[in-house]
Amino acid sequence: MGALNMMFYVLLASETVSATGAAAGAVDVLTLIRMAVSAISILAGLVFVFSGTIGVLRLPDFYTRLHAAGMTDTLGVELILFGLIVQSGFTQMSLKLLMVSFFLFLTSPTATHAVANAAYKAGLKPKLGRYKAPTTEDLTSGGAK
Amino acid sequence: MVRSAVLLAIILALYWIGLSGYFTTMLLTLGGISIVLVIYLCKRMQILDGETAPYIYIPQTLYYFVWLGKEIVKANIAVVKTVLKPDMVITPTLVKVPVKNKSDLGRSMFANSITLTPGTVSVDFDADEILVHALLKNMADPENFVEMAERAGASVGDKITSHKTVSNAKGQ
Repeated sequence: MGALNMMFYVLLASETVSATGAAAGAVDVLTLIRMAVSAISILAGLVFVFSGTIGVLRLPDFYTRLHAAGMTDTLGVELILFGLIVQSGFTQMSLKLLMVSFFLFLTSPTATHAVANAAYKAGLKPKLGRYKAPTTEDLTSGGAK
Repeated sequence: MVRSAVLLAIILALYWIGLSGYFTTMLLTLGGISIVLVIYLCKRMQILDGETAPYIYIPQTLYYFVWLGKEIVKANIAVVKTVLKPDMVITPTLVKVPVKNKSDLGRSMFANSITLTPGTVSVDFDADEILVHALLKNMADPENFVEMAERAGASVGDKITSHKTVSNAKGQ
């Protein structure tokens, strides 16, 4: 909670200085809410990007790793962009950010499909059936299967 | 064809103004020239048809994006849970999903929706089916895709008449 509070103050400081140069303390509630929503949204986006990265490292083959990467493409990026839109308010900047998020919404599945299709056409066989992540014992005893 | 050219011109004009934000004569003239050039190129490439500017379906498409957004959030949480579990167990599956959508737009909407939902990726695309790779076996159940196919089709005006729930797909 302390860290979050600090984050809000940092965001607020940059906002007030850049927008009006108003004296510290004269912060309206709407800005506070906006900054809070923006910070929470960006943090949530980062959680998904982080899990996507972990997934790419943990999953066993090309096709399964695509799923983890897809997580970063969708909720991760969109939540971060949403946070930025809320932060920049009703401006031309947020219109551009909205367009960026819309185009990512269309292009990222197309790119994922292109990559998956290329791998499939090139003859890469997906590993099917049950796969269990190796435990610490497996790894230390040398047989990581 | 004239209709889609006019639609495309309007959309491109709005797009130019939205991105530039300047209203000087020179920049607006340059924008006008660009729009005419783009429309000429589209005509020359013979892609000025009903799918050039599919903006007439905006309300349906936005409604569909809201529904798709919910599905994406659900799927994301499922994949995060799977991936972050210390004893991760996955069951990768390949499944063939039949496609009943007729228009190219509806079909690509459906295939893109499958890819957009984490846990399922459309790998190969035939005339009447999509090969889908799923991370978990229960994500690959063909039943799951029926509703998505209907809604994806309906969002671009591509009704799948063989199924009886299509008519109330908008009212739910």
